[in-house]
Amino acid sequence: MELLQLIIGGLANGCIYGLVALGFVMIYKSSEGVNFAQGDMMMLGAFIALGLGNSDQMGLPFAVAVVLAMILMFGISWGVERVVVRQIFGQPQFALVILTIALGFIFRFVAGSIWGYTPLVLETPFAGQNMRTGGIVISLSDLVTIGVTLVLTVALWSFFAFTRIGLAAQAASQNQMAAYIVGVPVMRVNSLIWGLSGAVATVAGVLYATRGAIDPNIGLLGIKAFAAAVIGGLGSLPGALIGGLVIGVIEPIAGRYAPGELAKMSPYIIMLIVLVTRPGGLFSQIHMKKV
Amino acid sequence: MKLLEIQDLSIHFGGVKAVDGVSFEVNEGEIFAIIGPNGAGKSTIFNLISRVYTPTKGNIRFEGQDITGLKAHQIAGLGIARTFQNIELFDHSTVLDNLLMGRHTHRTTNFVEDILFLPKVRREEREHRRRVEQVIEFLELEAYRKKMIAGLPYGVRKVVEIGRALAIGPKLILLDEPASGLSVEETRDVAFWIEDMRRDMGLTVLMVEHDMSLVNQVSDRVLAVANGRPLALGEPAEVQAHPDVQAAYLGTGAAA
Repeated sequence: MELLQLIIGGLANGCIYGLVALGFVMIYKSSEGVNFAQGDMMMLGAFIALGLGNSDQMGLPFAVAVVLAMILMFGISWGVERVVVRQIFGQPQFALVILTIALGFIFRFVAGSIWGYTPLVLETPFAGQNMRTGGIVISLSDLVTIGVTLVLTVALWSFFAFTRIGLAAQAASQNQMAAYIVGVPVMRVNSLIWGLSGAVATVAGVLYATRGAIDPNIGLLGIKAFAAAVIGGLGSLPGALIGGLVIGVIEPIAGRYAPGELAKMSPYIIMLIVLVTRPGGLFSQIHMKKV
Repeated sequence: MKLLEIQDLSIHFGGVKAVDGVSFEVNEGEIFAIIGPNGAGKSTIFNLISRVYTPTKGNIRFEGQDITGLKAHQIAGLGIARTFQNIELFDHSTVLDNLLMGRHTHRTTNFVEDILFLPKVRREEREHRRRVEQVIEFLELEAYRKKMIAGLPYGVRKVVEIGRALAIGPKLILLDEPASGLSVEETRDVAFWIEDMRRDMGLTVLMVEHDMSLVNQVSDRVLAVANGRPLALGEPAEVQAHPDVQAAYLGTGAAA
């Protein structure tokens, strides 16, 4: 029973890692680079929702606040791509890594100077509502987190697999020159994908905030989410979700049964095991040549 | 009728005049070849036409319309397709997906229709697939449909790139060294395909090529360039016999 309880909580946590990992994968799929500010975008999205929705702030209805926050974060991330990231177009990938780490610091500083560094609680309609079935307690926020994550993953996956613009984004990630000559406006597609990843990060942030207080440093969760994305193969959206779930579930179990600090190390230990045994990740997109 | 008109085209990279005052016209239905020693600026001319580079001077007209100010992604929609000397394909996708990507500018359905996979989307998809199948049949790529590009031999990738250009459904196709690195048999296939592109598909072909036997066999007219400057323009035999062209190839420096 106790194990089952741990697994359910772990799955919900893992969904958050998975959603942030989706952001990593989206940007990787379109520009073949890693956005290390993804966790901080999640944080900023959560704070914007809090700023719009909490009764002592703007006091908008929860759903309105979340949708507005998604739209705002879409705009902010889109703008960041247009104004900052585009300047290093064509530079080595390492430039993007450094740039996005710096962006992460800026987001943290901005959130800190607006909302302060004391943890705040996002007011949600499903706070404190629990269900009991056969000795297990399932919180409503866990259920919402799991449901929203599944829907969003399927939606994003269909976006990349079937839509004109999603396919264009994938084409651009594989070969920018080739994408241009078949008629893909590579720059415009990149901005759009950044915008979308900002909106997805906001959903992750809001779900995170339904499970506990937030402060400007919660974006550091992005590192665990990055491990999740790597476990999933970095190019695969369902892989990112599975990677997130694996980490989410292992963490509390290791915390309960394994000695000492092993729980904190567990996500990275799993990542190392996956990288050693399957270098391309669990859902590798690099197909080995069959001999 | 003139399909492509290049006027006084020049591009300078710092002090290097990669292309310097090149003018020529390509008529509709013509097979036109650009020849010249390595570094003459042939591929640069292609990159200027496909708007990868912006010229320092001069202009490019396609079907009478000035396209010098357009962006790289707007060229395919006009009906200009191209291949690259070093093959630019979507390496982690299948041959079929690469060819289907060539249909990008012809997709008219929006994102919501795509996600819902409406009958309109299905109809369009079938049409794209039909067009791509024609290309596959034309280039005899049947055996490779579901193969990843990354695992294919060089010669096949080269053909797939021509296929993707054809899938765009162009009026003008730019082939950058279609025969380089190919065997004698493969080069012969390429020659037949180029002739068929004109005869059966009504295409105009502009190519850069080193293989003189291919140039002589298929092209109507030839432009020779060296050091970014035009040397001679005319029928293949005439251009090759031109003293400046021979000097450029033999490297006596007489042309410079």
